[in-house]
Amino acid sequence: MGLELKNLYDDFRDGDTIKAYAKIIAEDAKKLKKPISIMEVCGGHTHTIMKFGLPQLLPANVNFIHGPGCPVCIMPKERIDHAYVLAMQADVILVTLGDMIKVPGSNGSLQDARAKGADVRFVYSPMECIKIAEENPEKKVIFFAIGFETTTPMTAVLVDQVIKLNIPNIFFHINHVTVPEVMVELIDSRDVHVDSYNNQIDAFLGPSHVSVISGSKIYDKFPRDYGRPVVVTGFEPVDAMQGISMIVKQFVEERCELEVQYKRVVNHDGNLKAQALIEQYFEKMSLFRWRGLGNVPDSGLKLREAYKAYDAEVLYKDVLPIAEIEDHKLCICGDILRGMAKPQECTIFGTACKPTTPIGSCMVSSEGACAAYYKYGNLI
Amino acid sequence: MCLSIPSKVVKVSDDKTMCTVDTMGVQRDANLMMMDDDDVKIGDYVLLHIGFVMNKIDEDEALSSIETYKEILEVMDEEDRKRAILEDDECKARSQQYVEEIKS
Repeated sequence: MGLELKNLYDDFRDGDTIKAYAKIIAEDAKKLKKPISIMEVCGGHTHTIMKFGLPQLLPANVNFIHGPGCPVCIMPKERIDHAYVLAMQADVILVTLGDMIKVPGSNGSLQDARAKGADVRFVYSPMECIKIAEENPEKKVIFFAIGFETTTPMTAVLVDQVIKLNIPNIFFHINHVTVPEVMVELIDSRDVHVDSYNNQIDAFLGPSHVSVISGSKIYDKFPRDYGRPVVVTGFEPVDAMQGISMIVKQFVEERCELEVQYKRVVNHDGNLKAQALIEQYFEKMSLFRWRGLGNVPDSGLKLREAYKAYDAEVLYKDVLPIAEIEDHKLCICGDILRGMAKPQECTIFGTACKPTTPIGSCMVSSEGACAAYYKYGNLI
Repeated sequence: MCLSIPSKVVKVSDDKTMCTVDTMGVQRDANLMMMDDDDVKIGDYVLLHIGFVMNKIDEDEALSSIETYKEILEVMDEEDRKRAILEDDECKARSQQYVEEIKS
C-alpha cells in the first residue's frame, strides 16, 4: 500500500493503537524496579499528553514531568517589556508570531500596546515582514523573534533575505533559545541561586520538531554523560505512547540509550542547510534568563557581531529596560519545571493564576503545563 | 509553537524557492529556502512550519510504523480472544471455533 496524507493523521491518532500501547506499557511496567519519571521537554508533547488524557492510561509507576519547552512561557517579563517599548516607538512596526499576542509584561501585553495605538502585526510566517517593509518604507519593521531550534532557521532565512535583497528597514529582536542546554540545566543545575535543586528526571521524551532541524545528535550526551535515556518522539498520541513504551522497555532491559521513535522525519544529522543558516547568522549568548528557571548558560542566541546593524537590541539600547523582573513570590513554576511539584499543588493555580490572567510562566501559553492542566485537568 | 503540519507538495516554483502544498484539501504556499535544491518534488510529503518546509517525511518509515501498529493490534486481538476463552471455558462452541481457526 502507498502512503496517503490521511494516514499521517488518522493512523497516528488511532484509539485502538493507543490502548494497545497502554497494555504493553502496563505489562512492562510491572517489571520496573522503581517508579520512573519521564520529562517531556517540549510544550507540544505536554499538550498532546493532556489533551488525550495519556496519564490516565499509564500505570502508577510511570509519571510525567512537564518540561520548559514552551518558548512563549519561558520568556522573562523584561523581554516582553522590550517588545512593548519597541512597539510604542512612533516609527516602528513590531512584527511577531501570533503566540505572543496576550503574553503580559509589566506594562501590559502587545495586544494592550496595540489598543494604545502601537502598530503591532501578528504574522503566520516571518517572511511576511518583507511585504510589510515594502509597503511602509518610512517605518522601521522590527521582527520580535521567538522559538526554539524549530523556528530559529526561519528567522535566519529572513536575515539572509534582508541582507541579500538589501532591504533597509527590517531589524531583529532575537529571543531564540536552545533545548540541550536547558536539559543539562534541569539535571545538572549550574545556577547558584537554585537552592532547592532536587532533580527527579529519569528519562526524556525528546522534542519532535526541534530534532527535525538539529538531528538526534544533540542528545548523544544525555545517555552517555548523564545516564538519562532519550527517545525522540512525534507529537501525535500514538507516537507519544510508543515513545513512552520505548523508554519503559529501556529501564526494564537495563539499557540507557538514545532512540528515535519519530523516524519518519528525524535522523541523527538533522537538516544541515537549516543548521548552516543558524550558524551563519547567530551566536550563543553567555546567559539567557528563563522565566521560572533563572539564568541558563549558553541557552540563548543573538545576531553575530557582523550583523549588529540589524540588531534592534543594539539600535534601541538607550530606550530598552535592563532591570530583571522576578517571578511572582507565590508562583511555583520553577519547581514544576524541575519535576518537584505538580500544577495543582500551587496555591494560586486556577484562582489568581488562570489562562486569561496568567501569573506564572506555565500558565501563559496553551503549551504550558499549568494551562494544559487548567484546560484538561478534569481528565486526571 | 513547534507544531508542524504534514502536507503533500502539488507544485514547485521555477526558481525552486517556493512550493504549493495541500493539507487535507487546503492549498497554500510554502517557502523552500531551508531545503536543498531539487530535494523537494511534486508528490513528496513534507512538514510545514510557519510557512516553511522544514523537512520531508520519509514514506517508508511512516509505512513501517503503521505496519508495526497493525501487527500489534492483531497480536492484541488474538490475545484478547484467548483470554475470553480462558475466562469463559463453559462456552464450548467458542473454544471449538478458536481451535478450528488455529488449524486453518
